[in-house]
Amino acid sequence: MAKWKTLAAAAGVLILGAVPALGREDPGPAAYKQALDGKTVILVPMAMGEDLAQGWAHYIGTAVKEAGGKFEVRDPNWNTEAGAQAITDAIGSKPAAIVVQTPDLQSYSKLYKRAQQAGIFVIQVDNPSNYASDAFVGSNWETLGELETKAVIAGCGPNSSKKIGLIQGDQVNASSLDQYKGVQNVLKDHPDFQIVAAPDSNWDATTARNVAATLIQQHPDVCGIVDFWDQTAQGTAAAIRAAGKTGKIFLATTGGGEAADCKLLESGTIDALVATDVPNQSRDVSTLIKFLLQSGLKPGDAKTWLYTPEKITTKADLKPGTCWSIEENKAAEAAAAK
Amino acid sequence: MPSGGSLTQDPCMNIRSHIRQETVVLLLAVAIFIASSIFLNGFIEASNIVTLVRGVALLGILAIGMGIVVIGRGIDLSVVSILAISVACMLQLLNMSYSLPSALAITLAGVIVMGGINGFLVAYAEVPAIFATLASGTFVYGIGRSQWLSGDVVYMPDNQTGFMAMGELKFLGIPAEIYFFLGIAFLAFLALRFTRPGRFIYFMGDNFAAARNMGIPVRPVIVLQYIVSALIAFVAGVIMAASLHSMNTRIVNSTLLYDIILVVVIGGIGLSGGKGGIRNVIVGTLLIGILLNAMTILDIPDLYQKLIKASFLLVALIADGFINPRDEQTDQAGDI
Repeated sequence: MAKWKTLAAAAGVLILGAVPALGREDPGPAAYKQALDGKTVILVPMAMGEDLAQGWAHYIGTAVKEAGGKFEVRDPNWNTEAGAQAITDAIGSKPAAIVVQTPDLQSYSKLYKRAQQAGIFVIQVDNPSNYASDAFVGSNWETLGELETKAVIAGCGPNSSKKIGLIQGDQVNASSLDQYKGVQNVLKDHPDFQIVAAPDSNWDATTARNVAATLIQQHPDVCGIVDFWDQTAQGTAAAIRAAGKTGKIFLATTGGGEAADCKLLESGTIDALVATDVPNQSRDVSTLIKFLLQSGLKPGDAKTWLYTPEKITTKADLKPGTCWSIEENKAAEAAAAK
Repeated sequence: MPSGGSLTQDPCMNIRSHIRQETVVLLLAVAIFIASSIFLNGFIEASNIVTLVRGVALLGILAIGMGIVVIGRGIDLSVVSILAISVACMLQLLNMSYSLPSALAITLAGVIVMGGINGFLVAYAEVPAIFATLASGTFVYGIGRSQWLSGDVVYMPDNQTGFMAMGELKFLGIPAEIYFFLGIAFLAFLALRFTRPGRFIYFMGDNFAAARNMGIPVRPVIVLQYIVSALIAFVAGVIMAASLHSMNTRIVNSTLLYDIILVVVIGGIGLSGGKGGIRNVIVGTLLIGILLNAMTILDIPDLYQKLIKASFLLVALIADGFINPRDEQTDQAGDI
């Protein structure tokens, strides 16, 4: 009898236990929806005129809206003060998270802290700063510098003059300083290659053209140039063209990987590009936002660094889809709005 | 000098008294040139001199436009905005498959309107030039970037091969940019020296009230001044785009505007107006060119280059103060 009782109980447990399995209550979709439902994410880039910012706005914006959130963009247009104002306003409107492209190492550090204290997650993109917020997503600029230098060394070849030039940005921004460090790292392994000059462009194409012209004039046998940004590389390329050295001086640079960059590669204006993978970088950002909002973590509880994998692209690597396109993204947004 | 006393005075008198600052700057330029030739490898080579002048040709062109306005005791802070936005819009039109002549005509009309508005604000609405052009420059940039252009950079379409080739054009081994600089300088020299409006600009800069009292059409001349300034900015922008195959409107945030004023002031065109000429612009441009080239060859970081440039400006200003002490008239009329 006792045996039967035990059996019945066991059967009962089995049946009862099996019931939830049949009509399973999956907490996933609800949790996913609740994470961003009705909440706002604000993007504060350095300027919306920049290709990177256009890319983030599209890809992060699409992901946030798909998850039921609201997405807003503030455009400081290269003005650090305006950016600080935008972050201050954003803190007042209590979004769930802000995504900020830091202009320099220090400017926004106090604001990040204030945002976190107000319960807002702070994700920094692209440029590192001295303040570790909830997450940093971006390029490792040192790796970028290494890749560019490797491309130039390969482009120069072993039988070249082995003289290379640098067109740096400035001596203030981490993006420039770290690229320089990357260049040095690679040159340690290639002691036969030497830097003949390393002027600053101050991130201006015309200045880049003028300093590159002087560099080529002083060192006509230079075989390659690393320029720290695609927008200044336009100027460096103009100097190479004017000197009649197209194809003789290998030009490597870094950029957002937008369609215009692929055109520069195709036309031979630049020879190698270390492009930021904006679609996947944006995906890292939106995934982090979704994780943080579901995790039960509070702003400031954890710190994460995610470096976007980078690679060298040359003309030979170009195929449809190598670059992403602002135009196509706009068309997609227009189609989605209909 | 009592007000009105300069009615019959030859403005050349003022230039003569100013030759000394120009001489100081010229001697400075020659000294740096000689020092660079001795100590810097490859500086004195003809090809480096061409590189040096080409590097400042655009700055020189822009400084000619600014110089004309400053001689008339005005200032045009909108030139860089006009340069960037007009040429970016022109490239945008070319990207929209407009032909080069029609894109050029549309942009040119826009540039003349913008210069005209500047002139109108200064001459008829009597807004001080420094505020009028600061506001109009910001307006042009704002409306251009927010309404007409989708990004900071507008690229030249691939089919504009002729336009692009202009950037590498050379005669006798000298880039076209240098000829443009010299050509515009020569035209401006002729206009200032031998045309009625040119002479009027000196009178107006020297003593505006007297110029008006003697019947000079001061308002139309002011409008003309700002239209010329806008047109010169546009030409500089077209030359820039031909070389870079693109226009980056971010140049508005650069120090270019200050560099233009630096060239004008360092060359010896006093901000109080009525003094100096194209020769001063050329001397100022060459000094900056020699400085920049030498500092680049020496691989001096940008921050120090700024410091050195600024020190030269301060020295020039102090020298100007000693050589041309402020007289009663400047004190009454005030600077811009």
